[in-house]
Amino acid sequence: MIPSKDELYSAFEKLHGYELANKISKASVTICGLGGLGSNVALILARSGIGKLTLIDFDKISLSNLNRQQYLFSQIGMYKSDALKKNIAEIAPYTEITTYAERITEENIGRLLFDGDVIIEAFDDAESKAMLVNMIAELYPDKYIVAASGMAGIYSSNGIKTRKITERFFLCGDEVSDISKENTIFSSRVSLCAAHQANMVLRIIDGKIDA
Amino acid sequence: MVKINGNSCDSVIGINLHDYLMSASFDHRRIAVEINGIIIPKNQYESTIIEDGDNIEIVNFVGGG
Repeated sequence: MIPSKDELYSAFEKLHGYELANKISKASVTICGLGGLGSNVALILARSGIGKLTLIDFDKISLSNLNRQQYLFSQIGMYKSDALKKNIAEIAPYTEITTYAERITEENIGRLLFDGDVIIEAFDDAESKAMLVNMIAELYPDKYIVAASGMAGIYSSNGIKTRKITERFFLCGDEVSDISKENTIFSSRVSLCAAHQANMVLRIIDGKIDA
Repeated sequence: MVKINGNSCDSVIGINLHDYLMSASFDHRRIAVEINGIIIPKNQYESTIIEDGDNIEIVNFVGGG
């Protein structure tokens, strides 16, 4: 049975205290890329009671995504943005969700709506990652960006860390493990990295602006 | 003294960021460059001259996600 909004949020208040639960419930985060990083970040933030998520990804779900991305076999062929919205609704029915099934490029980034104070970079391609971080810093200098780089393979978990690069730019990952034929992506390490990103978002929401 | 990714590097004082990145073989499409806490827009790489005292961090993105 789905709880009422009041029941759910009073449960969050009991768990985390009124002040923090209230901050999280009022926060809005945009997630760019809904693969192994983005789908995990979205679910973690949804479970934490985040108020609003904007989900952006042009891609549809394929079989090879399911080793690490938070979708179901029955959702193969759906847009990731639509499927993730559905999956979030099952666990966080009162989180407001906006979706864009669009590829973010240098040309359209100025007209896409990046809601909220924090943007998650969760692409898989290195050039797209760099483009997003550079463009957000240039066009939206007041927003926080939490990016990820280096989580391929099954190297030590302890290599994954969060680093503060500027006052508004945080980087999660080991910064070196590139994806390749020999170095593929596993759920374990990409989830670790996603958890770093989600935790950094919660810290920013709570006003703790350090890694 | 100039610091690049934590290492002292005084030979770069006076040259522009674009030329430094080319000489150090960085792939422009995969990096973000921060100098003294500010991310430098790509279209300002050529006009940004590296000065004494600059603290430079070059983030080199790798793939996966």
